[in-house]
Amino acid sequence: MAPLREIKRKIGGVKKTKQITKAMNMVASAKLRGAQQRIERFRPYAEKYTDVLSDLASRVDSSAHPLLEKREEIKSVGVILITSDKGLCGSFNVNLCQTAFKLANKKKEEGKEVKFICIGKKGRDFIRKRGFEILESYPDVMNTFDFQLANETGTMVISKYLDFELDEAHIVFGQFVSMVKQVPLAQQILPVEQEDAEGQAGAPSQYIFEPSVEGLLAELLPRYVKVRMYRGMLDTSASEHAARMTAMDNATKNCDELVGQLTLVYNKARQAAITSELMDIVGGAEALKQG
Amino acid sequence: MANLIKLEIVTPDRNLLSEEVEYVGAPGVYGEFGVLPSHIPFLSALGIGSLFYKKDGKRYYIFLAGGFAEVTPTKVTVLAEVAEKAEEISVERARKAREKAEQRISQQQEEIDYARARAAMARSMHRMRCRESAVSAGTCSL
Repeated sequence: MAPLREIKRKIGGVKKTKQITKAMNMVASAKLRGAQQRIERFRPYAEKYTDVLSDLASRVDSSAHPLLEKREEIKSVGVILITSDKGLCGSFNVNLCQTAFKLANKKKEEGKEVKFICIGKKGRDFIRKRGFEILESYPDVMNTFDFQLANETGTMVISKYLDFELDEAHIVFGQFVSMVKQVPLAQQILPVEQEDAEGQAGAPSQYIFEPSVEGLLAELLPRYVKVRMYRGMLDTSASEHAARMTAMDNATKNCDELVGQLTLVYNKARQAAITSELMDIVGGAEALKQG
Repeated sequence: MANLIKLEIVTPDRNLLSEEVEYVGAPGVYGEFGVLPSHIPFLSALGIGSLFYKKDGKRYYIFLAGGFAEVTPTKVTVLAEVAEKAEEISVERARKAREKAEQRISQQQEEIDYARARAAMARSMHRMRCRESAVSAGTCSL
């Protein structure tokens, strides 16, 4: 009768797993709601900021500010990889890491040195195994971050850039498109790309600037980098929760299926056991009669 | 009153304010500037201080730290790093922050610390001043 008890235990185990995945699903959906709200609140700010900045940047020559200037020789490239700290969210982190990895390999083939800055634990672990250099890493931050983190990491990246430790910086993050769609994206954040001045020249906005355009840029550009990074973090965080929700939903469904299958096996085994018991009794009775 | 200008204040965490107002006074880096409806387009970086706007004859105060303002004839958009309405300011907290900053300044350790303490002190003082102005303008109860 051993397999019978074993199957029963297995059913119990699967049911418990299901409870966990279900709870995780609910936690993820609650967290997602918070994360989504934060993005929605931040978006108007980021959009306005981008508008004003690209307008400003199109008015000056790229030599006006070091963060705008494209360097002629690019020796080292920084990749800022934003991932989650925890797993159990499907292929989300893997996709992000692969995107970053591909970018890094491409730059490496062009003969550039690639250095990583990892925000979130999963990305750091992945990159460490692949043997790329990690300049800085910020593990265990994705659960409770605010603009301060973007400030800190942004300042760090900018200072590395100004010290010529990095000649270019890219950011890799998971863009939150919808509940079921999260896209890993790679964007260049340093030097800040200028839009074509020609296209903007017709714009009627003849502002008075205070202080000068250059002065404003000096003030706004570093912050722009941070705004971009913060946006990446918010997007990644929302995407993570959405991905986890989907993953846990699937897991819960799989548990249901497994319980069904196991119950069938259990019932069959139980019936077989009863049958063989009956056979024993009948056989015993026959033997007694003959005796 | 037909002659109004729209004032929007946005921070990274929230949309703080969106209202039709009569007048806006904001703390630019080169000193305070005032905006009435039909102002020429203007873009200015902001310092630390109080922004106020007039609505229905009353003055409302908002504490700002950093960021910039974009002015068009019909709209003022303020993108601030920090913005708090006068009634949200905790005087107690500001006072404590000021005491702490004063202490740090008197110790005068490192240059960076000193600059930071000065900034913290400016913020706390402006917070308190903002609150005081709002109270005396009657748009914020004690």
